[in-house]
Amino acid sequence: MTTKAPYEPVFVGARREELDALLGRYPTTMAALLPALWIVQEARGWVSDDAMEEVAGVLGLTPAYVKGVVTFYTMYHQHPVGKYFVQVCTTSPCNVSGAEDVVRAFLRHTRCEELGQTSPDGKFTVIEVECLGACGFATPVMINSEFIESVTPDTVPAIVAAHK
Amino acid sequence: MGYPHKSHARETPILSQHFGDSDAISLAGWRQRGGYRALEQALGMSPTDITNIVKESGLRGRGGAGFPTGLKWSFMKVGDGKPHYLCCNADESEPGTFKDREIMRWTPHALIEGCAIASHAMGAETAYIYIRGEFTEPLERMNAAVTEAYSEGVLGKNALGSGRRIDVHVHKGAGAYICGEETALMNSLEGRRGNPRIKPPFPAASGVFGQPTTINNVETLAAVPHILNNGAEWYKQMCLSSPKSTGSKLYSVCGNVRRPGTYEVVMGFPFKDFLYDLCGGPPVGRKFKAIIPGGASVPIQTMEEAEATLMDYEGFVAKGTMLGSGGVICLDDTQCMVKQIGRLARFFAHESCAQCTQCREGTAWTTKIVERIEAGEGTTADLDTLLSIADNMTGKTICVLSDSCAVPVVSGIQKFRDEFMAHITQKRCPYRTTPARSAAA
Amino acid sequence: MSDVTLTIEGRQVQVAPGTSILEAAKTAGILVPHYCYHPALPIPALCRMCLVEVEKAPKLMPACQTAVADNQVVHVHSAKAQEARKGVLEMLLINHPLDCPICDQSGECELQDYTYAEGRADSRYKEAKRFNPVEDFGGDVMYVANRCILCTRCVRFMEDVAHDPVLTVSERGDRALIGKFEGHDLTHPWAGNVVELCPVGALLSKDFLNKARAWELDRSASICPNCTQGCNATIETRDNVVVRLRPRVNDDVNSYFLCDQGRLDYRWLNRRDRVTAPSVRGQHADWSLAVAAAIDALAGRSLHVLASPMLPNEALFLLGRLIKRLNGKGWFTVKQGPEAPLDGVTDLALRADRAANVKGAELFGFTRTKDAASILTGLGDGDVLIVADEELAGYNGAPPKAGAFVVVGTTQPSWVPSTAIVLPTTNMAEEEGTFTNLRGRVQRYLQAKAAPGESRPTYAVLSDVLIAAGEPANYMLASEVFAAITAAYPSFAGMSYDTLALKGAVIR
Repeated sequence: MTTKAPYEPVFVGARREELDALLGRYPTTMAALLPALWIVQEARGWVSDDAMEEVAGVLGLTPAYVKGVVTFYTMYHQHPVGKYFVQVCTTSPCNVSGAEDVVRAFLRHTRCEELGQTSPDGKFTVIEVECLGACGFATPVMINSEFIESVTPDTVPAIVAAHK
Repeated sequence: MGYPHKSHARETPILSQHFGDSDAISLAGWRQRGGYRALEQALGMSPTDITNIVKESGLRGRGGAGFPTGLKWSFMKVGDGKPHYLCCNADESEPGTFKDREIMRWTPHALIEGCAIASHAMGAETAYIYIRGEFTEPLERMNAAVTEAYSEGVLGKNALGSGRRIDVHVHKGAGAYICGEETALMNSLEGRRGNPRIKPPFPAASGVFGQPTTINNVETLAAVPHILNNGAEWYKQMCLSSPKSTGSKLYSVCGNVRRPGTYEVVMGFPFKDFLYDLCGGPPVGRKFKAIIPGGASVPIQTMEEAEATLMDYEGFVAKGTMLGSGGVICLDDTQCMVKQIGRLARFFAHESCAQCTQCREGTAWTTKIVERIEAGEGTTADLDTLLSIADNMTGKTICVLSDSCAVPVVSGIQKFRDEFMAHITQKRCPYRTTPARSAAA
Repeated sequence: MSDVTLTIEGRQVQVAPGTSILEAAKTAGILVPHYCYHPALPIPALCRMCLVEVEKAPKLMPACQTAVADNQVVHVHSAKAQEARKGVLEMLLINHPLDCPICDQSGECELQDYTYAEGRADSRYKEAKRFNPVEDFGGDVMYVANRCILCTRCVRFMEDVAHDPVLTVSERGDRALIGKFEGHDLTHPWAGNVVELCPVGALLSKDFLNKARAWELDRSASICPNCTQGCNATIETRDNVVVRLRPRVNDDVNSYFLCDQGRLDYRWLNRRDRVTAPSVRGQHADWSLAVAAAIDALAGRSLHVLASPMLPNEALFLLGRLIKRLNGKGWFTVKQGPEAPLDGVTDLALRADRAANVKGAELFGFTRTKDAASILTGLGDGDVLIVADEELAGYNGAPPKAGAFVVVGTTQPSWVPSTAIVLPTTNMAEEEGTFTNLRGRVQRYLQAKAAPGESRPTYAVLSDVLIAAGEPANYMLASEVFAAITAAYPSFAGMSYDTLALKGAVIR
């Protein structure tokens, strides 16, 4: 039986200072919730239950409330994802420009078997996302927070190779 | 990141004048190009005078609703003793739309200047620029520009030495199209789920943090410095058709078209020329089949309608659609209308906030039916059901996401019924060359 | 400001400005169907069920959120409004499981009710239904997510009334459901009210699960007897067994709510270890014999009465008269428990005094004691102890040595010898009477089930005893006893069962 590793708080040191600076921008502490969750995700790669409890404590909210917010916004991950989280836009403007072929190319070259599953080497997770706001440069792809435009099935292998 | 094209001769590059010019990004570069003169001028004017100029210019909200901007600003009672707020809606998530990101990438200071002028005009000392979380580069550019503006004294306690405080904060979204709805944006900014609010109260009476608030789109705010620099008359004169639609508009052209990208033309420009001349027409060897001219929420146009349209608020309405956000989605004759309508319905179903029954259930139900038809398992009764669901989803909810989902379905069945019937009678998709809907299949 | 006049369904209505159309319609006896709206909760206007047609308005308006205006003409049942409601009902049903045969809410379900009245007769939905597993929300509450219509009443109750926001809406779109955080359960003392608020069978009481069908229940207006707050309640029985307590609305006492402690503590009303026949020294006796034996026991002895603060005013009043007549003394003791307020409602709490009629006991001359044990041990041969339904649960001291014992109650305590005279009485579910709550509000409760065996209401038994003791007490009905109370006590002046009705009145 494995014991869970103790949770290391995110909001210490520099990150605590970052949060404190953010708090000064808003008249309520609740308004710092989305920024605080971004700090967590940037630090840990995802937002765990423990992290939600920590954020709740730091901002004077309940964990249930924080959970309600986390589950509303699609960019916060509630479980770990591969080292590179590949998000391909497939909404209509990109859809008619070959986005689904781009998705298939990514699944093939990352060796992910299915959308949403992490590749065997743990490096990639590929999902479809909704409009990324770069429709004129189809197909846009985000890898973590890196924004890559004009992706075609031909440019996919090089992109995958570049992410080690 | 993609580069914008060189302006076409028939474009009117005002907002887009410096797109592609990396030297325009910095504060110094912006100043060199005439930036912050309008702000300086504005800081010496009364809020009412600024608002009147904007009213006079005929500027209307460029996010999609087209509400007269000056009128919106005038709802803020300057001097009421309450903290006022400006929220800049940079959540740009309407499918087909990518113009605000260009403004933020290439001319971030244009937006800051617009925010600062607007704040002064409505008695606000704090402005939040709510940028969708996926906009990595716009976020970087806006954050850097705001830092520059503070260090150069353009923003802060003593904006441009005027004695007035103007604070601008960039706020990052986290993946929700609905946060582009102005009341949902306010809730999201407050650290809540992005649920649209019931009205009354209206934002100008009680908005963010319970205080008077105005929400404006990026493009709307970016136009303001130009209006102050050149005058209301100048802006009003940019009008080729309806006098209620003035100025220039950025259009985001995408889909099956030779030259996708951002284009800026004067209100009333002929759509046919726009599509075939400026944008290069359909891809080689293909024909246009349908155009969605204003983002996913506006009715689909047949080519007959599109080619007779004059590009302004009234002109699009006259030809069976709306200007909306100006996201021009082009579909050619190799595309399946049923599939794309299903894909748009899927988009709306994914983005529904879940408050209203008709939206929460109706968007998903619509998606399932259309996808079933696309897979060859639909019946004519399904078309009646779709129209009935669409009717239930229209005019009955807190916000119009529900209505928006119904729009492509209704206009699609109305104008492309033959494609739906083909799927139903042939029990397959006549356009499908690759198997199944799911890209992973 | 003067009232607003408008027309709803052809009826003219006059209400205060700012009233919603929905509330205005209520005053005209018109129900605007709705789910998410509740008078005790903030208004989200999200179920869209209450859309009504307002002449000259461009769209249908949500009646819960729209304020009345002069000369408004509102149609609740016009074709457009009905069609809109039919649409909402259809949308709510497409993912709703066909659980009616196994769902506890069946028979008292607002989705059933409105669908039966105005919904479609058939389903047009041909796709797969969404599925979510059942969840234990903690406390008495289970969440059947599949049945949830996302009205968010539960979320708003926990946040705005209980001030314990442990519930939230999770996810988005048609994936949305009510969520809670792992390890943070519905343990708030008033959390069970979410079951009551839930219009459908999504939030259910584990205690009531599968116990009875709604249409099998008999209902009586009553008062929760488990503390001095005096929350208005409804006792529901099936085949003469109490199976559930539900809140009854009283804006002056408990709003729409009951605490979990009180709500779930009804099993004692069904106890079977009762005395149900009169007896003298262990032998069954008829009533007249038993009463005579009681009078004998009282004669020549010092009277001590240990009364339960659960007894109604009627019983305590008559006991008090007996005590006065015989120069005796009366005591009562009250079980204690932690106080648990419902913060969002003024002056509402589960009270530390866990008995229905502490105030009544005080008013009618009984002395409160924390040490009933020493009273008992201090009794001797020359004393007679009347045990008026006070079991003194947990008493394990030496059995009292009074010369005589008379039990006027529902059980015979273990420390009462078999030589006692037993006059069996009904419990509060088996009689009608009144309690006085901690704020002096006198409230009626009605009979909910039949009395067992030969037991009789305490007031009736005591009337017999008083008459046998030479005191006029010819009371046939509880209301007659109450009339005697109002005659004897100025603080009760002007009250009667009729004026108390079902909301009660406060003593002076």
